[in-house]
Amino acid sequence: MTLRRAAYRTMMFVVALAGVAALWEFYKLVGPEDGGKVFGAAILPRANDTAMPHVWSMLSRYGKPELRGSDTQIWQVVLSGAWYSFRLSLVGFALGASIGVGLAIVMARFRIVERGLLPYLVLSQTVPLIALAPLVVAWGGKLEIGPFTWPRWLSASVLGAFLAFFPVSVGTLRGLSSAPTAALELMQSYAATWRQTLVRLRFPAAVPFMVPALKLGATGAVIGVVVAEISTGLKGGIGRLIIEYAREATADPAKVFTAVFGAAALGLAMAGLVAAVDMVLMRNRPKEITA
Amino acid sequence: MTDHSPAVSVVGVSKIFNDGTPKRVEALVGVDLRVQRGEFVSLIGPSGCGKSTLLRLIANLLEPTTGEIAVNGKTASQSRLDQDYGMAFQQSGLFDWRTVAKNIELPLELKGWDKAKRADRAREMLELVKLPEFADLYPWQLSGGMQQRIAIARALAAHPQLLLMDEPFGALDEMTREYMQGELLRICAETKTTVVFVTHSIPEAVYLSNRVVVMSPRPGRITTVVDVNLTGERTEDTRNADAFFHGITAVREALRGTHADHANAGAVRGVEDR
Repeated sequence: MTLRRAAYRTMMFVVALAGVAALWEFYKLVGPEDGGKVFGAAILPRANDTAMPHVWSMLSRYGKPELRGSDTQIWQVVLSGAWYSFRLSLVGFALGASIGVGLAIVMARFRIVERGLLPYLVLSQTVPLIALAPLVVAWGGKLEIGPFTWPRWLSASVLGAFLAFFPVSVGTLRGLSSAPTAALELMQSYAATWRQTLVRLRFPAAVPFMVPALKLGATGAVIGVVVAEISTGLKGGIGRLIIEYAREATADPAKVFTAVFGAAALGLAMAGLVAAVDMVLMRNRPKEITA
Repeated sequence: MTDHSPAVSVVGVSKIFNDGTPKRVEALVGVDLRVQRGEFVSLIGPSGCGKSTLLRLIANLLEPTTGEIAVNGKTASQSRLDQDYGMAFQQSGLFDWRTVAKNIELPLELKGWDKAKRADRAREMLELVKLPEFADLYPWQLSGGMQQRIAIARALAAHPQLLLMDEPFGALDEMTREYMQGELLRICAETKTTVVFVTHSIPEAVYLSNRVVVMSPRPGRITTVVDVNLTGERTEDTRNADAFFHGITAVREALRGTHADHANAGAVRGVEDR
């Protein structure tokens, strides 16, 4: 049953992807080569091969060398870049999710903390990541605790965590407060401690709320890491590839898209990871609450 | 236990919600109630008469504004800490993520019992409620009546001497409800449990109880206590017996009395008169 659903979803995903590709090619066919104006405003994108390479030229670019005459093909470069960023995202996600869940627990425990803290959490998300990235790098660079020195990549992970923690904390807080009154009274009648109630009732009840929040957090971590790589110039990851390849956009327009798709696949992989955990945790629940 | 203190003793209890604010509500005023061990006592009254509040006060889920409550000769809060009573609500309140057996084990887990002992007791309780083959299913795979039986098994798992029930059969259909009433009486007889039972069904209260406590709203207080004399084992014939109808009539009149000042001739609001 679950397997069939998974197969169905995968199929729908492929169909949707093919639909996007078809739409792209259709626009290239009918769209104006050098862009178009509607009521004097240049809003129609240019359909020429430099701005919008053919789907097949983007795909076939994966099989060609990164630079003229080099031995490594571009799919290898993109894959290793994605793998690097994936690991950073994973660290960032783990960090952000822990902080998010921790904050949610404290807020659920003490109403006064919730009132005091929640507005600042919302506020924190309005700070532009680009502005924050150099600051984190600068602070981190000065940090030295005993034998621990701050590696450069950790700044990218921290920025990933910065985007990941918010949805996780809000979703978890909502979930922790979702336990029905009767169940809470029941725990109270057993003289259960707050901690026992948390572990046996509030957390299991929160899972359906936490999963969509974690999915958002996982993709947020990827965005944070990629943007941090771009804005701090960290080498090795997919963000760096995007910025490098974008410089060659006129000569080799398909190249930058290979890296962009790599970043998209990265986000999907992270969300897929959460979905897999979700399937394990919710296998015995009455009905699926889809995100 | 050898002492002869009553199972429940409520003396001069009142409960006022939101005292000192415009939303002040006198939920209960001057309530006295004694429940002897082994007794089955129902609390009945229209919506808002404070019967659920009284039950929660006995359970120590709420603190009384004035007055004293003792359970098994101890203070209500000590009884709660000692898990001297089990509780069942209208919603079975079973945890979806636990199997039936694990749900029954929950109070034992919190008491710190070891695994083998818990499993034994869960099996024993499932036998008691006649659902032994459902141990490894999840609550949502069972019917409403079965879920409620599991909830009763959970409430009784730690072998409490007192069972507090808040409209436990309120969400069940009439057939299941009558069956469950019979089952509850059998279980209580087997386990010698004292029961305080909140309901707004007159026949249910009369069928089950030794005494029916009739309450009136705004402010909630006890108006009458009706002794029901349905002696011995109750069967389906009991529902056709004269004593049963006498009991129903007595409770109904007591309820009407509580509403005389409401000039609400006919049915009493919030009470099922079936």
